[in-house]
Amino acid sequence: MRYAETGFNLEIDLTRGNIERVATDPRDTELYLGGLGTNAKILWDRVPPEIESFSPDNLLIFAAGLLCGTPATGCNRTIVSTISPQTLLMVYSMMGGFWAPELKYAGYDTVIFRGKSPTLVYLWINNDKVEIRDAAHLQGKGAIETAELIKEELKEPKAQVAAIGLAGENRVYYASIEQGRSSASRGGIGAVMGDKGLKAIVVRGTKDVNIARPAEYLELCNEVLEHIKARDGNPIPGVMPILAGLGSPQEMAVHDEKWHTENFMWGNSRTRIRDFWTEEIAKAWMETLESARTRLISCYNCPMKCGATLSLPGLPTYMMKCFSKLTYTLAAYSDLDFGLKIAQRATEYGVDGYSAPQVMAFALELYENGILTDKDFEGMPSDNEGRFYWLLDRIVRREGIGDVLANGTYWAAQEIGNGAESYAHNNIKKHEQLPLKLSMLNPMYFLMYATGEKINITQIEGNFPQAPFPTREEREEFVKDWIQVPDEKFKQYFLDWELRGENSIPYYPTVEMCCEIVDWQEMMHYIDDALGMCAGLSSFPLKPPYHIHNYPKFISSGAGIDMDEAKLTQAAKRYRTLVRAINIRRGMRRKDDKPPEDHWKKRFPELEAELLDKYYKFKGWNNQGIPTRESLHDLGLDYVSKDFIQRGILTDGEDTPSKETSAEKKNEV
Amino acid sequence: MKDEKKTKIIKTIKIDVDKCNGCRACEVICSAFHAAPKYSSNNPARSRIRVIHDPLKDVYVPIYAGEYAVAECAGRDKYTIDGKEYDECAFCRASCPSRDLFKEPDSDLPLKCDMCEDEEEPLCVKWCITDALTYEEREEEVEEEEEEQEEMEIGLEALADKYGLDKIMDTVARMSMKG
Ligand code: SF4
Ligand code: SF4
Ligand code: SF4
Repeated sequence: MRYAETGFNLEIDLTRGNIERVATDPRDTELYLGGLGTNAKILWDRVPPEIESFSPDNLLIFAAGLLCGTPATGCNRTIVSTISPQTLLMVYSMMGGFWAPELKYAGYDTVIFRGKSPTLVYLWINNDKVEIRDAAHLQGKGAIETAELIKEELKEPKAQVAAIGLAGENRVYYASIEQGRSSASRGGIGAVMGDKGLKAIVVRGTKDVNIARPAEYLELCNEVLEHIKARDGNPIPGVMPILAGLGSPQEMAVHDEKWHTENFMWGNSRTRIRDFWTEEIAKAWMETLESARTRLISCYNCPMKCGATLSLPGLPTYMMKCFSKLTYTLAAYSDLDFGLKIAQRATEYGVDGYSAPQVMAFALELYENGILTDKDFEGMPSDNEGRFYWLLDRIVRREGIGDVLANGTYWAAQEIGNGAESYAHNNIKKHEQLPLKLSMLNPMYFLMYATGEKINITQIEGNFPQAPFPTREEREEFVKDWIQVPDEKFKQYFLDWELRGENSIPYYPTVEMCCEIVDWQEMMHYIDDALGMCAGLSSFPLKPPYHIHNYPKFISSGAGIDMDEAKLTQAAKRYRTLVRAINIRRGMRRKDDKPPEDHWKKRFPELEAELLDKYYKFKGWNNQGIPTRESLHDLGLDYVSKDFIQRGILTDGEDTPSKETSAEKKNEV
Repeated sequence: MKDEKKTKIIKTIKIDVDKCNGCRACEVICSAFHAAPKYSSNNPARSRIRVIHDPLKDVYVPIYAGEYAVAECAGRDKYTIDGKEYDECAFCRASCPSRDLFKEPDSDLPLKCDMCEDEEEPLCVKWCITDALTYEEREEEVEEEEEEQEEMEIGLEALADKYGLDKIMDTVARMSMKG
């Protein structure tokens, strides 16, 4: 018997309309765990670098993490992986909600799509019965609307639906996949789904998920619940409220937006408004949120209620979580009421809440600066907010200038030319980022931004505090119950970290310490993404209930895989390296490992070079960021080095820099 | 003897639907607890509490599995509360032929909440840390002690309804002969 996982994948060939249920190899679970790990293995094996994002041979993979569907609190992530049309690299985006556990209960760990359906279809997974169904009548429908219509036509109110909206159908490079209160939205995975002619995946399951050593597992789950309860009454002192508790940032619950509105950038990530947060605004925004919000809601098996149901006058109800609360508001220099209203339309269209507002603000900046002209904006209303609605409508329909903007700021700037490139200034690896511009380089964040292949800071940072605490006493207090550290030395790093003087940013934490801290934080995210755990209870907040010391026990007692800290660390490193290998094979090199150019005002080129050099070495990569033969061998990834050597990416003397290939090739649209 | 009143413990689970966030942790733990061996699997379809929820309509109703009903009611009820329309039979606890709620997914045998028998506190309550579910016990005087129906008896009754008592007896006899 298989535990925690079901041991079966679904292989769906959309070109031929073929459906297969395939048993998986338990040895792969041991090596790659599941979720992101096994997705990476499948992509490495089956999608060579010649395959472009919109090729029928590209795969779109939906995986339920290894522990999804077990009683482990907050373990509900679906990990969607494919090749991104925007970054041209492997992309993986996660969604919470209810879909992944349901897939497990239906008897599958992963659904793998290949090919393209000639007409728009949806997949209906009902335990053993799996069918491809016509979706012609759903064409152009909103993502949430689609979910409701499908549940109605199947008479299955308990089914879980992941669907795309118009943006996905029209292959907008930042189209999302929406699933009720959650979405997988980064990197354009919705565009790949649309390209495959797949409108939705609907799942209903009523089977058991098994646990290898039940009593032990339940004990661990109960400890997690106790930890969550204890943390609930004891926010961490000395950090801002959204970092003090557990869960995803509690954007739907908090009213005080002073920090975001005064520290994040407005417009096309341009302007900081220092004294924005007045009493008057605070009152108005509170009223907006209070009257729109019907309820705070959770994902499957989690008490944290990070999301909310929102009903605005005259608009259909929708659900929201996290920071999309403010991204439209900031991009348009507007207010919360506008932000929540346009987000409703954006959610139905299915676009990423980071990229979409930024692209629109970028377009208007180009217009103001004469790079785009009246001709491009014919018919656009003159009021600020109306312009955003107008742009959003054009983008998701790929009409006029919208067709160019639908490819994101990087590709749009390439196409527009005439100096537009410098306006696409807030990207990493061609992908739009949170509107954050700071003064002094932070060496840890430099490494995370530059090398994190999730290309999204909130999904890379986490367990180590973002800033030093002012006094030694506060720091000593903090480390007292800091059980999550993989090694005691991290406590010392933190204790010695000062706001000013010798032991301060950017030269402290030292380069060596930065490597270790970043590696730890990244490892936790990679483990979460394989197990299906919400980062909000593990890798993202300070002092979370899940950590490197209890995870091995969860895996051994839950999945029945013999696991300890060393083995888990090694497994995470293995598939992390595999993700890099996939991207290296697609042309990614050191030149791509960099933060948005203007992210910090004060830069330190020598220090940054040293950080990269040492971090690469620490990770077992050569100075181009390519995993070395030796490190690949240690991870049992000889098949990767063999491929690298065949392709001339590594030579037999592995430290020779390889010839430059490039991820610059333009997509066919 | 006649006037001597007996007392019994009344166990009440209080449900505050305003606090429910739709997480279904209650379903997870109930189904895990009732797995054999305990916690060896879980499957919300086997849970004895189900959260009927429709987030877009803001409908959140945790419902406990009650008695097994041989036949459905003569008519159905449909509530609207505070402008929210609830599904037909939404508040009914019965394991009833008219719906798939509170039945074992494979055998269709009815499920009934047993208040987690020997546990200190019902587990759904314990796992609902947002306090949508809370637990209360009080003593009350009763006229006569009621016979509690055993779980197996309920199951058998349901089978009898489905196949007829004779057929069940035959089958049991056959099975015991096979040894
Ligand atoms: S912490 Fe929040 S986002 Fe994470 S699983 Fe729980 S409710 Fe969902
Ligand atoms: S555990 Fe509590 S909050 Fe969660 S669904 Fe059940 S009753 Fe609602
Ligand atoms: S009290 Fe126990 S048996 Fe009844 S629904 Fe709750 S967990 Fe299930």
